Amino acid sequence: MTTLQQNYSVDKKGYYGKFGGAYIPEMLYPNVEELQQNYLDIIYQPEFQAEYHALLKDYVGRPTPLFYANRLSEKYQTNVYLKREDLCHTGAHKVNNTIGQILLAKKLGKQKIVAETGAGQHGVATATVCALMGLECIVYMGEIDIKRQAPNVARMKMLGAEVRPATSGSKTLKDATNEAMRHWINNPVDTHYIIGSVVGPHPYPDMVARFQAIISEEIRWQLLEKTGTENPDYVIACVGGGSNAAGAFYHYLDDPSVQLIAAEAGGHGINSGMSAATTFLGKMGVLHGSKSILMQTEDGQVVEPHSISAGLDYPGIGPMHAHLWDSGRAKFFAITDEESLTAGFELSKLEGIIPAIESAHALAVLPYLKAAANETVVINLSGRGDKDLDTYMKYL
Amino acid sequence: MNRITKLFQEKPNNVLNIYFTAGFPNLNDTTTVLEALQASGADIAEIGMPYSDPVADGETIQQSNQVALDNGMSLKVLFQQLEGIRAKVSIPIILMGYINPVVQFGIENFCKKCQEVGVDGLILPDLPMDEYYEEYKPIFDQYGLLNIFLITPQTTESRIRRIDEISDGFIYMVSSASVTGGTSGITDTMEAYFNRVNAMNLRNPRLIGFGIKDNATFTKASQYAAGAIIGSQFIRVLQNSSDNTLYNDIVEYVKSVKG
Repeated sequence: MTTLQQNYSVDKKGYYGKFGGAYIPEMLYPNVEELQQNYLDIIYQPEFQAEYHALLKDYVGRPTPLFYANRLSEKYQTNVYLKREDLCHTGAHKVNNTIGQILLAKKLGKQKIVAETGAGQHGVATATVCALMGLECIVYMGEIDIKRQAPNVARMKMLGAEVRPATSGSKTLKDATNEAMRHWINNPVDTHYIIGSVVGPHPYPDMVARFQAIISEEIRWQLLEKTGTENPDYVIACVGGGSNAAGAFYHYLDDPSVQLIAAEAGGHGINSGMSAATTFLGKMGVLHGSKSILMQTEDGQVVEPHSISAGLDYPGIGPMHAHLWDSGRAKFFAITDEESLTAGFELSKLEGIIPAIESAHALAVLPYLKAAANETVVINLSGRGDKDLDTYMKYL
Repeated sequence: MNRITKLFQEKPNNVLNIYFTAGFPNLNDTTTVLEALQASGADIAEIGMPYSDPVADGETIQQSNQVALDNGMSLKVLFQQLEGIRAKVSIPIILMGYINPVVQFGIENFCKKCQEVGVDGLILPDLPMDEYYEEYKPIFDQYGLLNIFLITPQTTESRIRRIDEISDGFIYMVSSASVTGGTSGITDTMEAYFNRVNAMNLRNPRLIGFGIKDNATFTKASQYAAGAIIGSQFIRVLQNSSDNTLYNDIVEYVKSVKG
């Protein structure tokens, strides 16, 4: 991992431009402060880096391939590379972060782990590393998500985690996050909270982004090997909270020749009242410990978003992405449920890869992109679609 | 003088602060609850501004927040209900809630409204201390609003001293590391923590909250601080009450706590 010194990185107070900070009740202050004071020192210790990279290689299976998608490229008359995070152990990029955070939790002397999960990918990745390290694991998951992501619930249980349903509010990722935070408030001393996305109070957004930055670190040398240049013209990733996008963008943030493109979940369409496209529908607000863009009512109540994909069904985005949006550094698209399904089937048939519905949102940007024949597009294929087969089969 | 400051000058012990969620159990109960609190001898009324995602609150207060929102409660409605309240209610009034609805309302506008209706203090648990000090305090001061901070058993001495230095009114001493609604009572570990804070000779009086529910816990907490705060248990009383007995049920409960 290399350290960013430029405009798009977090400042000392935990802000990206006007977004970020640590808006937390006093009960969480000691834990969050402990992380703020120590996270950089711990994760850049040589032995930490050695252990982290050894696990990424031998346990996660990194580097993940950068695959030239021949038939997809032909169809869109450009050069499309897929960063195969779907080939990570557990089936998505989420494990890059949970490996890092579990090592950090051990350094901090924590014995128990709590996590939230939407699609279940982060829950599975957390349960996996807890099994690997022998730590107790509790995962909060929205009651609705438990129903629509049954295979991942079964996997978490098999890995020895306790899955607790979040039954408040919209019963999805937002509420699972609330419950995980409450659990941490109630168990501050022995428990570390592994947040799965680039959200939450500082230093979580920056810490998670640094653990996911391995994605763009690899893209750079892989692309250099394949094309003779480190930089693509476009990097596309889906954004719920935004962890895979943060990782895919990280090493390109300060190179304006690389266009960064974020695909949000448009749901039934941004004007349908059934959407999770935060930058289109939100305004500045505070949720889960940071100031960012938030979907909310005029009275400041958080609204219940909708997306076909549980992993993107979140009313906010990470503060780093809010800043990328606000500054114009990244371009945001709202991809509908239908467009994502179409893209998912298209990739399956053209390339023999079934993507997670989350990742299919990133693929669905291709028809809008109109990239030139000599341009290079990297799409972060953040996860595989096995968990979504029930949803896909309804449309077969 | 601010009503909170005046209260502690006149009554340094056994101060009872009662929390309730605005718009719960019914949208228009706010005035009734406030009048009943004053009539029964509660010293401070803490009105919860309902929020969709109250992360520091346990199930009881979460549900009351949701019911209140479903009933149509909002800051706009609350301020309408509080117009003219000072003709009927003279005890200090505190608004408690999460920062997002306040930010959306507009900080200056919010503070102005608070002053107009006669609010004395604010508890905003997710407002960071530095942001408060740099951005919010000048506005709060301008409108005569005291910001009340929370401390927990894990809050360091230097942080407690900083809070004591930059805030007035009282300090909200959370009895244990937990969300609201626990019923653990007061344990030996808590006593050690209360004694530790008492030995610091702070400027501000303290009220103990979380786990206070009846005369026994209120009396015990009052031995270690200027008084105590009841939240979840009072919400349960409201929940179990009916429209025509609400006033009397509140009076009866508060009197039983005071003993």
